[in-house]
Parts: sequence; C-alpha cells; structure tokens
Amino acid sequence: MIPASFEYRRAGSVEDALGWLAEDPDSTKLLAGGHSLLPLMKLRLATPGVLVDVGRVPGLSYVRDAGDHVAIGALTRHRDLEISEVARAFVPLLAHVAGQVGDPQVRHRGTIGGSLAHGDPASDLPAAVLALDATMVADGPRGRREIAASDFFRGFLETALEPDEMLTEIRVRKAPSGWAFQKFNRRAQDWAIVGVAAVLDGDPRVALVNMGSTTVRARGTEEALAAGADAAEAADRASEGLEPSSDLHASAEYRRHLATVLVRRALVEAAAARG
Amino acid sequence: MSAPVLEDHAAAGVVGTRMLRREDAALLSGEARFVHDVVVPGALHMAVVRSPYAHARIRSVDVSAALGMPGVVAAMTGADLAAEWASPMPCAWPVTADMQSPPHLPVALDEACYVGDAVAVVLAGSQAEAQDAAAAVVVDYEELPAAVDLEDAARDGVLAHLGAPSNRAYTWELAPDPEAVRRAFDDAAVTVKERYRQQRLIPAAMEPRGVCVVPQPFGGEYVVYSSTQIPHILRTMLGLTAGVPEERIRVIAPSVGGGFGSKLDVYAEELLCLALARRLRRPVRWSEERSEAAQATIHGRGQVQEIELAADADGRVQAVRVHLLADMGAYLQLVTPGVPILGAFLYHGTYDVPAYSFTCTGVFTNKTPTDAYRGAGRPEATYAIERAMDALARKLGMDPAELRRRNYIGADKFPYSSVAGLVFDSGEYEAALDEALGLVGYEALRQEQARRRSDGATKLLGVGLSSYVEMCGLAPSRVLASLHYVAGGWETATVRMLPTGKVQVVTGATPHGQGHVTSWSMIVADKLGVPPDDVEVLHSDTGVSPLGLDTYGSRSLSVGGTAIALAADRLVDKARLLAAYRLEAAPEDLELSDGQFAVRGSPSTSIGIGALAFEAFTAHDLPEGMEPNLEASATYDPTNFTFPFGTHIAVVEVDTETGRVDLVRYVGVDDCGNQINPLIVDGQVHGGIAQGVAQALYEEASYDERGNLLTTTFADYLVPAASELPSFTLGRTVTPSPSNPLGVKGVGEAGTIASTPAVVNAVVDALSHLGVEDLEMPVTPERVWRSVGAAAPVPGGAR
Ligand SMILES: Cc1cc2nc3c(=O)[nH]c(=O)nc-3n(C[C@H](O)[C@H](O)[C@H](O)COP(=O)(O)OP(=O)(O)OC[C@H]3O[C@@H](n4cnc5c(N)ncnc54)[C@H](O)[C@@H]3O)c2cc1C
Repeated sequence: MIPASFEYRRAGSVEDALGWLAEDPDSTKLLAGGHSLLPLMKLRLATPGVLVDVGRVPGLSYVRDAGDHVAIGALTRHRDLEISEVARAFVPLLAHVAGQVGDPQVRHRGTIGGSLAHGDPASDLPAAVLALDATMVADGPRGRREIAASDFFRGFLETALEPDEMLTEIRVRKAPSGWAFQKFNRRAQDWAIVGVAAVLDGDPRVALVNMGSTTVRARGTEEALAAGADAAEAADRASEGLEPSSDLHASAEYRRHLATVLVRRALVEAAAARG
Repeated sequence: MSAPVLEDHAAAGVVGTRMLRREDAALLSGEARFVHDVVVPGALHMAVVRSPYAHARIRSVDVSAALGMPGVVAAMTGADLAAEWASPMPCAWPVTADMQSPPHLPVALDEACYVGDAVAVVLAGSQAEAQDAAAAVVVDYEELPAAVDLEDAARDGVLAHLGAPSNRAYTWELAPDPEAVRRAFDDAAVTVKERYRQQRLIPAAMEPRGVCVVPQPFGGEYVVYSSTQIPHILRTMLGLTAGVPEERIRVIAPSVGGGFGSKLDVYAEELLCLALARRLRRPVRWSEERSEAAQATIHGRGQVQEIELAADADGRVQAVRVHLLADMGAYLQLVTPGVPILGAFLYHGTYDVPAYSFTCTGVFTNKTPTDAYRGAGRPEATYAIERAMDALARKLGMDPAELRRRNYIGADKFPYSSVAGLVFDSGEYEAALDEALGLVGYEALRQEQARRRSDGATKLLGVGLSSYVEMCGLAPSRVLASLHYVAGGWETATVRMLPTGKVQVVTGATPHGQGHVTSWSMIVADKLGVPPDDVEVLHSDTGVSPLGLDTYGSRSLSVGGTAIALAADRLVDKARLLAAYRLEAAPEDLELSDGQFAVRGSPSTSIGIGALAFEAFTAHDLPEGMEPNLEASATYDPTNFTFPFGTHIAVVEVDTETGRVDLVRYVGVDDCGNQINPLIVDGQVHGGIAQGVAQALYEEASYDERGNLLTTTFADYLVPAASELPSFTLGRTVTPSPSNPLGVKGVGEAGTIASTPAVVNAVVDALSHLGVEDLEMPVTPERVWRSVGAAAPVPGGAR
C-alpha cells in the first residue's frame, strides 16, 4: 500500500505538463484526480518514475455551452459535472452518469479527463461519451488533434492518446432528451457489473460498461433498432459479438444476460423520456 | 438474585437513559490515538515477507539483497529467529485430549502453510524502506499441493501439513442420549435434512492491527502497544511464548478501532515486535496494511453444516441432529478449535426440543486460520436452525411464524434446562415474536406478497423470520473448565474516589468501540450519586489495570459491569460507615440519594459522598480501625451464562430478471435484559444487523483452487455501507436476567446472530413458489438468477 518511489512535479500549465511528458513519455504519468492512478501505484501495478500533477492547472475545469455542443474541460470533477446547469440542460445523460460514479469522495476528486484517459471498461463516463458520440481534444508536441469517441477506446486501459499527449477537452453534441443510463452494481459505491448508456435522440446509440476489454457499443442492438425492432428484440442482441469477462463478481454468461435485461430497460426508459 | 425491570428506577438516575457516548468527541474529532499514532522516536519498522503460496516447502531464504537496501537494519528468516521462542504460538482451547495442533511459529521454518504465512522479516528506518526491502528477499519455494476446499480436506485428499497423520484437528461430540435421537427420527411424521455452507468472512475492523514494542531503558521492561481486545491475555501469552517474565511486559491497547473477535488473538507480529525489540534493543513497530489484514488476520466462520429435524405431524420438533465440518485454516490460533463448540449448545435454538446430538470435526486447510468472529459459533448455530425451521414450515405447509410459536420454550419453563445441558436464565420468546410481527405488519406483507405473485410481477416480495437465543456473558469459570478452556471467565474492577470527589473506575474489560466508558460511568454515577462526567474509567493498560480477562463474547457488561457495580456497592458500604460516624447515626438509618447520606426522616442531617471522600483521604478523623480512602474492588465470576433472545424479520424485494436482492425493511426485536443505555444498545444492534446482512448478501473471503485469496481489497470484498441498508425498526422486550444483580444480558453479538438467517429466509421465501429451497451465501444476484432459472415452479404456488 506504499507506492514505489517516484518523482513528483506540479504543472502550472498545459505547456509545463507537455514539456515534462516529452522528456520521458514512457515512464511519466499525468496525475489528475488520482483516483484511478494512485490505487494502481499503491498496489505497485503502476510504477511511474515521474508524476506530473495537472490537478492545479488553471482553466481546464469548465462545462460550457458552445452552441451546437457542450465543451467540458478535462479537469472537470465528476461532482462539478453532475451539478452543472449547462450539462443538466443539454447533456443530462452525462450529468446523471457523473452522479453515479463511485462515492462522494471519488466524485469530488476524480476528473472526466482522468476517467476517459484511464480507459477502464468498468468505468461509467466512457460509455456515456461513446453513446453521445463525443469528440476528445488532445494536445501534444505535434499540436492539437480531435479524436472521435468511437476511435478513442482501444483496449483494456488503452486509449488513442499517445503517451506524450494530454486530453484537454471533451466536446459533446447536445442531447437533451431520449436518454437512459442503467448501472447494475452490488453496492452504491461500486463499479458496474454491467452498465448501459442509451441515447435515442438521433441515430440510436447504445454503449456498454464492462462488457469487454474496453468500452463498447452494442452494435447488434443498434442495428436492430435501425431496422425497426422493438426494445425487447433489440435488447436480445445486446451482447452480440462481445466477450465480457468472468471474474469474482459475475460470470460472462451472467453479464450477457444482464446486458439483455438492462439494455431493454434502458431502451424503454429512453423512449419514454423522448415522449 | 433477581433484578427489577429497569424502567422502574430509570427516573432516579442516568441508567436507562439514552445518554450520548462520552467516547465519541475524541473519536469523531480525530483526537483519539491508535497504535499507529503513538510517536516513538527511533523505532524500526517491520515488514513481513509472506508466502505467496498456499502450501510450499521453503528451500531457502536469502535476505542478503534486502540487507543492502537503504535504511535496512536487519532482515531475518524463521531459522534466524527460532531461538527466540520459548514455545510455539499459543492455542488456549484444546477442546479434546487428542486434538492435533501442527507446530506454529511466528515465522515459518521450512514449510509455508497458507498465503500470508510469514517467512521472513525486514527492519528498516521507515515503513516504505522496510517494504521495498521485503520485496528484495529471495525465497526459493517448492510449491506443494494445497488443501483448499473444506470437504476435500476432510477426506484427506491433500494434507495441509507435510508429515501430518491427517487433516483432522479433532472430533467433538455432544450426544446426551443418542438412543432418544434415533427413536425420534424413527417415529417422526416429518423430517428435514439441510446442508448449509458458512462462507469464510474477513472481519475487516475499521482499524487494521498494529503493534509497537518499546524496550525500557532500565530493568528489562517492555511496553507493548497493540491494537488488541485482550491486553491481559496477551501479556501472559507473550511472556510464555517469547520467554519474557510476565511482570516485565506492560501491554497498552490505546484506542482500538474495532475487533469483532479478530483482535481476540495472539498474533505473530506481536511476538515478532517483542522478540526483535529484545534482540536489537530498539523500539520495533508494525502497522498492518488493509490487503495484508485480509490474509494475516484471522477469518471468521468457515463451516459446512448438516442439520436434521424430526417433527411430529403438528410440527413439534422432537429431535435435532447436527454434523459440522469446521475449517480451522492452517493453524490453531488462540481459540480456533473452540469457536464451533460455542455454538454446539444452541442448535435447537429457541425451541423446546427433547432430543439432540451434535458432532463437529475441525479440519486443517491451507488457508488463513479462522477464529472468533462476532458471535463465534452462535451465528452459525442460529443460521442452521432458523433456516431448517423454514424448510420444515415449507414441508408442512405451515406459516413460519406459526411453526416457531408452536415450538418455543414457553415463558413458564424458565429457568429452562436445555437438552444440550445449559440452564437458560429467562425468556419470553413469543412476546418478542408478536412484537416483531406487529412492527413489520406481517399479515399485510403476506397479502402483498400473494398479490405480486398472482400479478406475475418481476419484483417479488419475501419475508424472513429468525428467532434466536444466544449465550453471553462468557463465562462461568467452572463451565470453561469443563470445556477444556485454559483460563477462567471472571472479571475484576476497582472503584475509588479521589480527594475532590471525582471517581476512578479500573476495569479488566477492554473496550474497542462499544461505549464501555459511557456505560460504566452511568452505572457508577447512579451508585454513588455523582454526575457521569465525574467518573473516569481506566482500562486497557496492564500497568493500570493489572488483572482482567478483557472483552469478547458479550461479556463486558454482564460480567465486567457486574464487577464494577459490586465494587461500587462496597465503596458505598464503607462510605456509609464513615457517614454514620460523622452524623452520629446508625449506618442502617442512613439513606443515600443524589450523593447525600441523610438520616431517614431527618433530611437536613446529611453529608455528601464527596465530602466523605475527602475525609477518608485526609484520614484525620476516621472511625477506629477504618483504613483511609474510599476504594473498593470486586471480582465477579458469573454463576451462569446470560441468554439474550429476540426475533428479527427481514423484508426483501427480489428482481427475478436480474437476481438483485434489495433489503427493503428490517425489524429487530431484542431482549437483552435491562438496558443501561438504550442508545448504545441500538447502536450495537444496528452494527450487528449490518454485519449479519453482510454475510447473507455480500461478503466472502474467496479462494481459488490453488489457495490464493482473491478478495484482498474492498473493491472485491464487499462490506456493505449504509446505502445498502434500510432504516432499521427496532423494538424491545425487557426480561431481566436473574443471574446477575444488574439484570443485564449482553447485546454485542445479537444483531449479527439474528440477521443472517432472517435475510436468507426472506430471499428463499420470495422465490419458494418457484421451487427455490436454498441459496448459498452470500446470496449474490447471479446465484439468485441461476436459482430462478434452475428451479421448478411449485404446483399451486405454495409458499
Ligand atoms: C473507490 C472508487 C470507486 C470508483 N468507482 C467508480 C465508478 O463507479 N465508476 C467509474 O467510472 N469510476 C469509478 N472510479 C474511478 C474514478 O472515477 C476515477 O476518478 C477516474 O476513473 C479517474 O479520474 P482521475 O482524475 O482520478 O484520474 P487519475 O487517477 O489521476 O488518472 C488516471 C489515468 O489517466 C491519466 N490522465 C489523467 N488525466 C489525464 C489527461 N487530462 N490527459 C491524459 N491522461 C490523463 C493518468 O495519467 C492516469 O493514467 C472509482 C474510484 C475509486 C477510488
């Protein structure tokens, strides 16, 4: 429970952080809320040589109405997203999901950027941004680039970010209605055993938590919906092509079953909310 | 002896009121100091190298790399330390004469027997340095087959210890009349035979363990700070095991953040810190990490239970037959073998059963040792009988409340001589049941349940009952002797008044979160007529309270509190003699009220107990032969156990699509005799219920087939929080114990004992019309889902 020794640097700006990352990208890690990284370090599953604390970089915590979309600073804490008026009005799914993450301590420390960059298939916010078709904005030594959510989640704890890049902003199209989020967990504070984020506003999008090695879309369900299937029929195809894991909390078979039930519930709820 | 019902005199003092806990300000403000907070300059930090294998031969241990690491002062193997031990790690409860106990040293020599068994230690200037160096110790292991599953181990397929004759530790039997049991089963109209698994639990006290041993500069004395429930027993055992004269050891348990039985033990790390402090002549400390605690601190439960009931056609239970396998883990800790035996007397529960037999075989496995965990043996017993009663009710087509009612030991039968050989002190079991049924609205729930079933709802309702009786107040010393426990069961106390009229109470009980200081000061405040805040309670330091038997088994009030009450009475007796002398009255003419001794019928002729304390202190003018000071001691050895009881009812909603179980209502009616402080009683019951619900629905120390513990973090070991629990509705009945002058029974374990079967019964009840008869604990959503899929619906949807 004591991490291996590391060097700690506090960044005052994105430039600081990028500069230090560039020095030795493979053994340098950004530290945002620390609520995913520090547990790994304490278990010595991660042993970065340098920790660049971006937690106090100014100007990266915001939720802004940017016309056709909402722009969210990467350092926005889950709690700030949960209570943001802008998020509640234009991307209520995201505000709601932020309120379902962990417990109050976690929500007051963890950041959306950290949650997305961590790339954990068990995390909630990645499924929400995937269902919302969000765009990630990353800064790095080669400049700024935009990455679509559907290209962002690559594998277990693996994203499209390069080791020398920093996620700075998340852009989400407005989706004020027709959404639902289902999280099945044992205790209120736990990660989802299976979770579902559904957005029926526009092309139906259904993203799943913990149904594979990375955050995934329920393509079978999306196809069925596009072909006019009802919620139950579409939900039956929820885990098509997916390989959820078996672990202490659930077998793969049970996860598949849960996905079916939860997707159906999410679709019914989202359709009702769309009116 | 008989005690009045408490309410009768509650108005006269603080006893019986919901006084806020005096301990809480320090605990909540962070002022309370735990072992880890004790500042000791120059202390070395110990890290323990632990076996990553469940079973392995240790071919060699090489500490040379560790020795070269920054800050490292020493690194030692089992062999390096072998000469430190005067005897192996202690087990105080050889339950049978032929009990097997494999050699158990604080650091293993050539065989590691569970994941977490210590194989080397490293000492360094900081905890971080010690841990870095521990990772550099090279151990050459030869992995051996491991005995993991309890039933496999019982068949001796794989031996948990090389060279042992078998995995059997002992077989213990209680069969007063085997012939009667056989007859009852032959004649029975209905029988049920059930098999239950008591999963292993991790006690998960809020504060993990910690030890700090400080050698004193002169005289060869050691101050041992330990996060323990048993400073007194620990001192004796440390002395015997490490070969240090007992009087040179002073054990202090500072604030202790919970134990639940897991700190009722003598641990390797306590012995190691002492031996290393002796060897290096420096303070040595160790603070347990959370994931280390999962392996290195004892586990609870771990049994496979087989219970059979024989009943007549009316559902009257005529015999109970029980066979247990109890998982000892790799070694016998302080009271490991005795834990199932504590339950042996209670497998017929609250029911008037004429014939009974019980056997238990203790079995070694390559897993963390088990030992006492909240309730110790009694939750297991209550679980088995209460689940089996529900099975019997289903078989008879009878309402489970009605079946219980028919079988209770009647209120007119107390004191009741049980078939297992105990004398139950007092009880009114039906009254508690009625109170619980009323509070929960039983009939309306049954209607709602039927409605949901006929509507084909996917959220079904289940109602689960559990009636319990437990034996508390451990324990009459003679009874302990008959059970081969090596110590007694008394408790001791001193009450003294200081010159200014303030009071000191010294107790041998060892609070670790229960609120003893509050309760003790309330008892003494009323006895002496002083405010509770004027009563200081000294405890948990063998330098201050040299004798005592500590806190476990819901004993501290009924045994420890009684000793305090008796000592206070003796002090009052002496004060009365002094008052009589001062007031020139006969002692028997004096009345003590509100701290004033007054002559009966002449209230103005009076003297306060505080003034008497000062007179006794100055000793300028005492009656002939009276010794100075107001101080008295008492040691109380109970004549019997106490037998709290009650009925708990759980209401659950089960989602048949996902298997999710939500505990939606919970009613607990407990009778713990007189209540000194009902607020503390409620708190104990709340925590107890939560802990029992945890076993029913959430927690399990899971192992893989190679003996690796899988649940070493709180992300995997699911301790429920307030968010998983409804507000509890608590009721009470008050049936004072006739066995002690306070009329109290004890309540530390009741909630845990009652709640586990209530919750599982409720889940089974919700699904019984689908043909579900049992669910293994913890009742996870996946298990529920599978059971619903596998079950065959009961024709007609009988309950
Ligand atoms: C008890 C507990 C319960 C939790 N429960 C849940 C839950 O139910 N659902 C859920 O979704 N999550 C849960 N979490 C995780 C939590 O939401 C984390 O806060 C979040 O996943 C990571 O955000 P962070 O700011 O803490 O990131 P950090 O831990 O600081 O960083 C995580 C990773 O992202 C990298 N990183 C951080 N910021 C950036 C950036 N701007 N650009 C590039 N890389 C970056 C870091 O280098 C690191 O590799 C839980 C955590 C805990 C401790």
